[in-house]
Amino acid sequence: MNLKSPTMKTVQNKDTIHIAREQDVVLFRNRVKEFAVKIGMGLVNQTKLITAASELVRNMLKYGGGGQVLIETVTEERNTGIRLSFKDEGPGIKDIDMAMKDGFSTGKSLGLGLPGTKRLVNEFAIQSAPGAGTTVSILKWKMG
Amino acid sequence: MKTDVAKLFQKKRRQILEYWMTKQLADESLREDLMSNDDLREQSNELLDALIESITGENISDTATAELENVKEILSGISISRARQGFSPRETGMYVFSLKDSLIHILREELKGSPDELYQASMKVNRLMDGLAVVTFETFIKGREEVILRQTDEITEISTPVIRVWDGILALPIIGTLDSARTQVVMENLLQEIVESGSTIAILDISGVPAVDSLVAQHLIKTVSATRLMGAECIISGIRPEIAQTVVHLGIDLSNIITKATLAHALKFAFSTMRLSVNRIAKEKTAE
Repeated sequence: MNLKSPTMKTVQNKDTIHIAREQDVVLFRNRVKEFAVKIGMGLVNQTKLITAASELVRNMLKYGGGGQVLIETVTEERNTGIRLSFKDEGPGIKDIDMAMKDGFSTGKSLGLGLPGTKRLVNEFAIQSAPGAGTTVSILKWKMG
Repeated sequence: MKTDVAKLFQKKRRQILEYWMTKQLADESLREDLMSNDDLREQSNELLDALIESITGENISDTATAELENVKEILSGISISRARQGFSPRETGMYVFSLKDSLIHILREELKGSPDELYQASMKVNRLMDGLAVVTFETFIKGREEVILRQTDEITEISTPVIRVWDGILALPIIGTLDSARTQVVMENLLQEIVESGSTIAILDISGVPAVDSLVAQHLIKTVSATRLMGAECIISGIRPEIAQTVVHLGIDLSNIITKATLAHALKFAFSTMRLSVNRIAKEKTAE
């Protein structure tokens, strides 16, 4: 799965947050909210983006041993959005297809994190392999 | 002739102190309201003594040496007590920098004839004093960090109050992120209160929860299940429109939990479950 789309995306602002402990989650969420508010994202989309970010950052902490998140403001034609890229050097996901199924969990949780997140955002891409870490990218447009 | 800077300072101790005091008293950042001039003199004397006793020809620019530990300790103590008294880090920093000035002043007087030696000695003293100034800032920051940690602890301890809104009905306003630690506290308090009050309905209001992700949802579901085991029913209220949308998209199944948009709706529902109704009091007929 790729985040490439036919038209060019340009990046305005960016910031990298390091996630190592539980306390970093709140800081990170606030930062994402700041970015979203700055581009004028509505409340519903904001909440979807923040919830998606929350899911992925918790995954990164729980399974990936922490990592980095890149927050970017992205513009394409007339639309502006926020792109989040989660990168960890953890053990990786053995079977991505299974992980993307509702209800599948390797950690006794609801198993809705990855597939649920995909439904909350406009673009979703995941790359992972055992021993090679995991990278998840999501993009949420201001409109739509 | 190579001057032993350490011995020089020992010899000129009094002049250094006098010059330093003059500088401090003349400086506009002097806080006479926080510390009397006598106390200031005493504090300066103590530090100067410790410093002059500890420096030797070799260690003069190395703040990491063991001999300077004593100086650093005294300086840390001064920095902490000043911070408590209300001195800004800049003011405490200036305290050290003005000492540096007076040391260099003495050097200049003594080594007037040999500019090269003066330069070497000044650079060494510079490095030493700058290193000590950094100690004061580090101590200040450490003090601040301790305040922050204490506040963090207090915030995590803000326990959710369990409110008896009516006979048999409990309400819990949940504020902030619902993580595992908080859920544990919430569950304990709630279940305990159910036993003590014999309540059969608990309203969990989540209007103060910023986002409901699958982890928060899991905690809520666990709380509801535990409550059910004790024979009470949970109603989740305060579901904002954006939360409703997120929960649906995430695919979380809350279908076997009663949910309401507001605490008021939940309370009304609770009343009707207990076959209670709220009626307006009829106007009293006035006697003729």
